[in-house]
Formats: sequence, structure tokens, C-alpha cells
Amino acid sequence: MQFIKSDINIDFVGKRKFAYGLSLALILISIASLLLHGGPKYGIDFAGGTVIQVKFQAPASTKNIKSGLDTLAIDNVSVQHFGDKKDNEYLIRTDLSVAAAEGFSDKIQKSLADATGGAAEIRRMEMVGPQVGKDLRQKALFAIFYALLFIAIYISGRFEFKWILTGLMAVALMGAVYFLSLFKVSIPFLILVALGVTLLLFWLLNLKYAMGAIVALIHDVIITVGIFSITGKEFTLPIIAALLTIIGYSLNDTIIVFDRIRENLRKLSKSPMSVIINRSVNETLSRTILTALTTLFVVIALLILGGGIIHDFAFAMTIGIVVGTYSSVYVASPILIAWQERSRKR
Amino acid sequence: MKKISWRMVFVLIITVVAIVYILPTFQPALWPYKKINLGLDLQGGMHLVLEVDTIKAVESTVERIAQELRTSLRDERIRYTAIDRVGGTTISAKINGQENIEKFEKLLDKDFKDLRILSKMVRDDVLDIAMDLPEKESDGIRLLAAEQALETIRNRIDQFGVNEPDIRNQGENRILIQLPGITDTQRAKALIGKTALLEFKLLDEGHDVEAALKGDIPAGSELLYQITIDTETLREIKTPYLIKKRTLLTGAYLTDAKVQIDSQFNEPYVSIDFDKKGARIFERITEENVKKRLAIILDNKVYSAPVIQEKISGGAARITGNFTAETARDLAIVLRAGALPAPVNIIEERTVGPSLGTDSIRKGLIAMLIGGLVVVLFMAIYYKGAGLIADFALLLNLVLVAGGLAAFQATLTLPGIAGIILTIGMAVDANVLIFERIREELALGKTPRASVDAGFNRAALTILDANITTLIAALVLFQFGTGPIKGFAVTLSLGVVSSVFTALVVSRLIFDHLLMNRKIKQLSI
Repeated sequence: MQFIKSDINIDFVGKRKFAYGLSLALILISIASLLLHGGPKYGIDFAGGTVIQVKFQAPASTKNIKSGLDTLAIDNVSVQHFGDKKDNEYLIRTDLSVAAAEGFSDKIQKSLADATGGAAEIRRMEMVGPQVGKDLRQKALFAIFYALLFIAIYISGRFEFKWILTGLMAVALMGAVYFLSLFKVSIPFLILVALGVTLLLFWLLNLKYAMGAIVALIHDVIITVGIFSITGKEFTLPIIAALLTIIGYSLNDTIIVFDRIRENLRKLSKSPMSVIINRSVNETLSRTILTALTTLFVVIALLILGGGIIHDFAFAMTIGIVVGTYSSVYVASPILIAWQERSRKR
Repeated sequence: MKKISWRMVFVLIITVVAIVYILPTFQPALWPYKKINLGLDLQGGMHLVLEVDTIKAVESTVERIAQELRTSLRDERIRYTAIDRVGGTTISAKINGQENIEKFEKLLDKDFKDLRILSKMVRDDVLDIAMDLPEKESDGIRLLAAEQALETIRNRIDQFGVNEPDIRNQGENRILIQLPGITDTQRAKALIGKTALLEFKLLDEGHDVEAALKGDIPAGSELLYQITIDTETLREIKTPYLIKKRTLLTGAYLTDAKVQIDSQFNEPYVSIDFDKKGARIFERITEENVKKRLAIILDNKVYSAPVIQEKISGGAARITGNFTAETARDLAIVLRAGALPAPVNIIEERTVGPSLGTDSIRKGLIAMLIGGLVVVLFMAIYYKGAGLIADFALLLNLVLVAGGLAAFQATLTLPGIAGIILTIGMAVDANVLIFERIREELALGKTPRASVDAGFNRAALTILDANITTLIAALVLFQFGTGPIKGFAVTLSLGVVSSVFTALVVSRLIFDHLLMNRKIKQLSI
């Protein structure tokens, strides 16, 4: 069986202007949504606060639960249905770190049972203090930044044998980031600046493969974050794990196309870059689609069957796989053409 | 021929080793290897991060030094107007008169060399001086407090009896505690978080409690409360006591604490034993204060305030105060393990009930099974015979990941299960890359044998490149992640490594075997 005939020749490069427009639009929508919502919606891992997952024996209403919570005098409570309707499970959130208080879970169990007239079981309770939330947020941002940096070194080394150059660059950047983080610079700002400088250095040092891969990754992460922002989902630690996996996955795809481009560059050294890229993307298209499909099968199984706690993680992965597959075809490779056009103008 | 059989032996050994490691998870008694560790999110339990308020340890040291200074001044008959701890860790002193000032400075040079003088002013024969501890000293105290707190908490949890608790330092003054399988989280928190500072102080019986409640508290005394819970209404009852501030004896001299049952009222109480020095002090206190009331105070709460009937020698005392069997046992534990050198605050708490954990495992396994089945079927249909080889590699992959989890004693978490599921999807990628190459080579008209060789050789580097980058992301996750995230990073890394192995070594082996031993002319791909 074969989805893609071996003589297929879709003109990917020719449609790159359209793809640029689409990507740009998606990125702008993502950023607009983030600005509108005042940044990403942090879950308690990063914002601090308390989440309690309660299961009722009999059906309960949000209104009853809220009135039960009123007796406990905690402010800013939100109550939300969780998971399957028949499970009678609810998530109670507050931005206060109240759970540590002595006897709190007994009290909440009792007042909820009183208000709804059925026994309530606390299945999960998470409390993160504000300082911890800040620490976790920093760690998560650093994780994403360092993952990008190490990956950049690897790509530049593997494809252009510029190990030492990128190594030195990475050490300098890490040093600068570490040094600045000692002062009280806000971490998101710091990482943004570092990313900007990284891209500028790639440009100046002529590290085109690394540039293509990293731009594609940033593209994927921004769009995934944007879709999370638009759908109002929360950022938690597992979502950061999902983002990093998306980075790994998207890169997987990009590198396989790049590998083919490098191989074809040797074979067809006379042909223009656009022909080589088109050919490489077409030759790997079958594999790109197949792997995206098999991975989607399992991730969607997880999304549907995995239960509430893993749901958002699977959702992020699903978006990431779709966007990552798209970006390795339409974003990463055309950047190599942009490069060629640049050097021709010189 | 010979080369192939050696590779076969290698693959077989690895497979058998993985199975050896996995089996105890299903049949615990089979051999001494351990089961796969389940994270708190899967088996239920409690995750706590505590912050040790180490500044309080410095404050109490400074308070003690101030007390010593007062005693020394009294012994040396140096008159002073005030010696107080101000602003947390500073001692300010006021000394009147030239003669007193000289004597005071001599005493300071002789016995209190550790104190650093912050400011000093003499005006109208009055010395106004502020002192504190040098940074090195106070940093040392803070470090020690954090270490002691960890040790004390570990002792308490050990005595409480939790299977495989994980207690460790996190940063300078944080302590991470993981207690799998704990269901009574309130009790565990109370046990861990209690400072457990035991003090014996005399009641101030010369003044009126009612007057003190209205705000007229005599100098040198304080109001403390006894808290009891009415067994019928479950309401807290607070009884005020007026107590002299001076501490006569602390729990530092304890050697043992145990629960006993009062034969008369059939109520549990905690009996404590002092060491020799503590016993002497206790004997002196009881001798000097017969017919007075001695309050037994834990963390500024009065437990009981019995009247001393006679001199008590032998160094044994009892703490009563309507205990249940549980609370008495917990009190004995904290007393035996000793007081925390500084109070602790819970800054992160995650508890997962056991039923939720079981649900998560069940749902995760179902998702894995169905997702995996779809992939297996799809590969078999799309690549026919070769697809079956990929399916076999996939199964072996799962066995190796599970074996790796057991062998490294890594912890399987819910995101970890997600990592395995993702591995299923991505594991076939390496085989897909190889098969596509083989198809390309066949399309060029090469023989099956040459196509397979070229396919594997050309795909190998690409596969390595693609997987090393995923491995980089996984390692960064491992480095920066905590708890469940680390678990995800571990399964993802294991999955990446084993999928490269199964694709490049195992699949190759099967292809070679089919082409050479079975002399297959037509590839089913």
C-alpha cells in the first residue's frame, strides 16, 4: 500500500509565500490573544494557589458547591465540572494557598457534604505557594531556552561542522543569561532577549540550518501557546513537558528533511536550491505523513481515553504534531531559500 | 553468517534481561528484583515542600544570648536599664553609670566575644549599644537549622512508619517530602509540621487571669491557652493560663517518650524520661515549688498544669491532656525525634487519593492499548510483511522500556505513561524511515538484498540525528523537571534509545535472517 506515489512532485517552495502569510497570521493571532488575555493563563503550578478535585456520590450542582464553599470564607473560588458527566467530579480552584491550613480538607469535605447532601471525596489536592510558583516558572522558561540552545549546537555541528563556533556562542549566551538572572531582570523578558540575540548571531555567523530549525521551533511553540490562550486552557508543568516534546518532535521532522537536502545538494549540486528543497520534501513526504499519522493515532487515543488529568497534555501534543509537521515542510526549509537569496544579493 | 548469530545472541540477552527485570512487577515473589516504582500520581500519596524558617533559629539564638547576658550582668552585679532583642536579631542594651559601663565592656570582651558591635554611643553617662551576630555565625546557624530540621523530620517519618518515603534537601532551606500511600494527610502534616518545643514553666498564681485577659498582663508573664476538643460537639474549648515567661526545663533533656494507658481513667497519656542532668533539674524544680502549679507547654500551647505534690526524683514525668490513642502516639513520636530548630511552613502540597491513582493507571493503559493496536494494524496493512517486523520491534520496544524503568528504579508517573504512549507513535518512525528508503531503492531496480542494505545504511544516520535531538530535549527536561516531569523525561529517553536499538539492530537482524537463511527473493514491503 502506498499513499504517496514515488514520482510525486508537489511544488512546496512555490507556495511558500502563501505559507509565510498563513504562519504570520497564526503567529499574530496567537500574540494578539496573549496580549488580550494579559499573558499566558498560568495554572497553579506557576501562579500559585490551590486546586481541589472532588468527587460526589450523587449528582451535585455548581451552585450548591459554591454555597458550601461560602461557609469557609475563601475568596476567588471557581468551580468547574471535570471529566465525564456521570463521574460527578468537580475542580475547585482558588488563587490562595489555603490548603496547607490545618484541618482544611476535613472542613471542606464536611461543608461540601452539607451543602450538596451527598458524601464528597477529595481525590486530589494541590497547593503551590506563590514563591514556589515563581521558581517553577523560571525553571520552565530556562528549560525551553536551554533545550533550544543545545539543539542549535547539535544541528550546526552535524550539518555544517561548526561545533566550536556554536559551542562558544552557546557558552557566551548561557553565561550572559546566568549573569543577568542574578540581577532581578524579569525572566520572560530575559529569555526573549536571549532568543533574539541567538537568532541574530545565527544570521551573522551564517548558521542557516540551525536558523531554519530554531525558527520553525519558535513558530510551533508560539502557535501552540496561542491556541492554548485562545481556548482558555491553563499552563501547568505537564504542558511545559508537552511543549518540549513538541520541540523534539518538530525537530525530528525538520532534521529528516534537512538530511535529505544535504544529500541531494551533493547529488544535484548544479540545480537551484528551490528544486533541491522541493525534491527533498517530496521524497520524505511519505515518511512525514506516516509518522505524523501513527503518532496522532496514539495521542488522540490518549486525548479521548486518557482521562481528565492528562487531557490538556494530549491536546497540546495533538496541536504540536500538526503544527510541527506543517512547519518542517513549510517553514524550516524555505528559510534555506531565503538564505540563498540573501547571499545572491551580496 | 557468524556475525549474525552473535548479534542474535546479543539481542536475546538484552530481551531476557529486560523480562527478568519486568517480571517482579507482575509476580512480586518471583525474584529479588524490585517492582517498577509508581509515582505518587499513580499510587496516591502526598508530596510536600517545606520551607524552614531559618531566620527564626537565628532569632532564638540571639534571644538565648540576651538571656545569658542578663544573667551574667546580674551575677557580676552590673546594673543595667534595658537589655532587649530588637528588630529580630539585634540586642540593644542601655547601661547607666561610668563604673557599670567599664565593667560591662570588660564582660563583653571576656565572655561575649562572638557579638558584633553595630553602634555604640555614650551620652550623659548612659551607654547605648547595639550588637548582633556576625554574618558568618548567623549563616552557620541557618545552615545547621536546615540540616537539623531535615534530620528531625526524617526521624519522625521513620517512626511514623511510611513505606519508602523520600525526604531530601531542595536548595538552601527547603525540604522535599514524598509519602506514598498516605491517606490521612492531615495527621501526617501535623506530625511533620509540629515544632515540638516542649517547655516546663511555672504558673503565675500571684496575678489574676481575668485581669490579664482584659489586657493587664504583668511583666515577666504571658497568657497561653490550653485547647481541648469537646467529644460531643467537636467544638474547640480554649482555657487561658497566666504563665511565667522563664523556661525552667525544655525537651532537650529527654531520652524517651512513650504512650501509656492510665489504669484509673483508661485514658492514654505520654510518659517521658529525662537524662541525668534533666532529672536533676526536674528534681530541683519540683523540690522548690511544692504546691505550685507547673505548666507543661508544647509549641506555646498548654497541655496540662498539674499541682506539684512533692519532690519528684528519678527523672520521669507524664503529659496528660485528653489524648486519643493516635494523638498520644504522634506526640510521643515528635518528642522522641526532638524539636525542630526552627518552624517550618508548607509551601507546596500535592495529595492524590488512591482511587484517582488507580483510575489514572487504568485509563492510561486503555489508551495505550487502543492507540498501540491501531498503530500495529496500520503498519501491518501499509507495509505488509515488513510492517509485521516493525510491529515486532514495537512490542520489543515496550518490553525494553518497561525493563529499563525497573532496572534503573525510575519512577513511572502519569506523564510517564504518556511518554510511553508517545514512544509507541514515534518508535515506528525509525522503521518507516528505513522502509521508505528500501522502497526507493527497490523502485530504482535494485535486488532485495542490496535494497535492504542500502535502506538501512542510508537511514541509520538520519535516524540517529533525529533521535539525538529528541534525547537532548528529554535530558533538559530531566535536568529542569521535578516529580512527574522527570518521570516523563525518563520514559521518553528510554523510549528514544530503545527505538533506535530495535530499528537499527533488531529489524535489521530479522531482515538479514529472512534474506540469507530463508533465501527470500521477493520483499513484502
